[in-house]
Amino acid sequence: MRLIAFLSITFLVAALPAAAQERPYFVTYSHEMEEPGNLDIEIFNVVGKPPEGNRFLGSNIEFEYGVKTWWTSEFYLDGQSTANDSTIFTGFRWENRFRPLLREHWINPVLYVEFENTGADKALREVVGHDGAADFAEPNGEARREKEHEMELKLILGSNYHGWNISENVIATKNLSNEPWEFGYAWGISRPLKLAASAHKCVFCPERFQAGLEMYGGLGDRYSFGLNQTSQYVGPTVNWSAPGNMTLSFSPQFGLNDYSIPRLYRFGIAYEIEQFLGIFQGKGN
Amino acid sequence: MVRPWPALLLLMLSAALLFATSDGAWLAKVPPDDHKKTNPYQSQPDAIAAGRNIFEEHCSKCHGQNAEGVKKRPSLRSARIQQQATEGDLHWLLVNGSMKKGMPPWAKLPDPQLWQLITYLKSLHEQ
Repeated sequence: MRLIAFLSITFLVAALPAAAQERPYFVTYSHEMEEPGNLDIEIFNVVGKPPEGNRFLGSNIEFEYGVKTWWTSEFYLDGQSTANDSTIFTGFRWENRFRPLLREHWINPVLYVEFENTGADKALREVVGHDGAADFAEPNGEARREKEHEMELKLILGSNYHGWNISENVIATKNLSNEPWEFGYAWGISRPLKLAASAHKCVFCPERFQAGLEMYGGLGDRYSFGLNQTSQYVGPTVNWSAPGNMTLSFSPQFGLNDYSIPRLYRFGIAYEIEQFLGIFQGKGN
Repeated sequence: MVRPWPALLLLMLSAALLFATSDGAWLAKVPPDDHKKTNPYQSQPDAIAAGRNIFEEHCSKCHGQNAEGVKKRPSLRSARIQQQATEGDLHWLLVNGSMKKGMPPWAKLPDPQLWQLITYLKSLHEQ
């Protein structure tokens, strides 16, 4: 029965056109914006187990909309589930990305501004300051008492060169209560498995897969800048632009020191609705 | 007393500017080296087929299934695209977009795919 359902979905999906062309990163942002009018709905999950805590699943659902060619806005809802504990809604985020230079350069900057209202968040969409495995071992009841009202700024730098995408992010976060600025970074490099497209329509052609490497971590805070007592992660990452405007992503990631969670498994699914507002205007185009 | 001439002149200048930007003014911005670039896939049947797939995936929603243009989005069968613009010009436009006019850059597609797309677009004048 499951096999029939799987095959039905596969054939249904194979009959649909494809359009998504996302980078395979989970934490790093590239300089590429959402196309104006398109709505991307993305679900990202991370599974991990801190050495002295319970296994958890952190999730978020994102609604990413291309407002202009140079402006993308995104709204997130976050939640998490911890074994032997509870499943909770952890908050929301609203981010905006602006691309100040309107042409493609060797390095393309994008400015990122986010407001975050979360508590006991385990989605790990960024690592800053002295975030570490111990933060994930706290019981949900205690962790959610500490609400984080944060403003996050990122400088996103991105380049495309001979099919390779190289993206670097510098992160600065300020908890709006009286806490110091915290810093972090992320970078990623990726490439499609094949650069030219096939002449025939296909579902599993190599150009539909992108593979790469992603690394990110904290850089301390205003009073203790550096790598001391920070968590650092690295891992390969891959995605598949499936038919039907869907992209599936997966990445196993590894903590590089004792302060980090030893292993994280990330997986995501994104679905793009092209010219979203056009749907309500009758013809869809 | 209000003198009408400066206002009229400004209005005419604005109209001329608007006309210029909406009428393929991007062509004048293409650097000479990009203008001269040649398409490694020129007229190759496989590239036309691949380019058509790329067009259907990424471009048809805005430019129409047959590249005829949709609402304010321009037709890609126009004389500007088919005759005035070189393949190098189109490559430059795809890489950089025309962001003020709502055309996003497509540098996220690898270069071979951009050239395949251009091969398909240039084949449209024969259809």
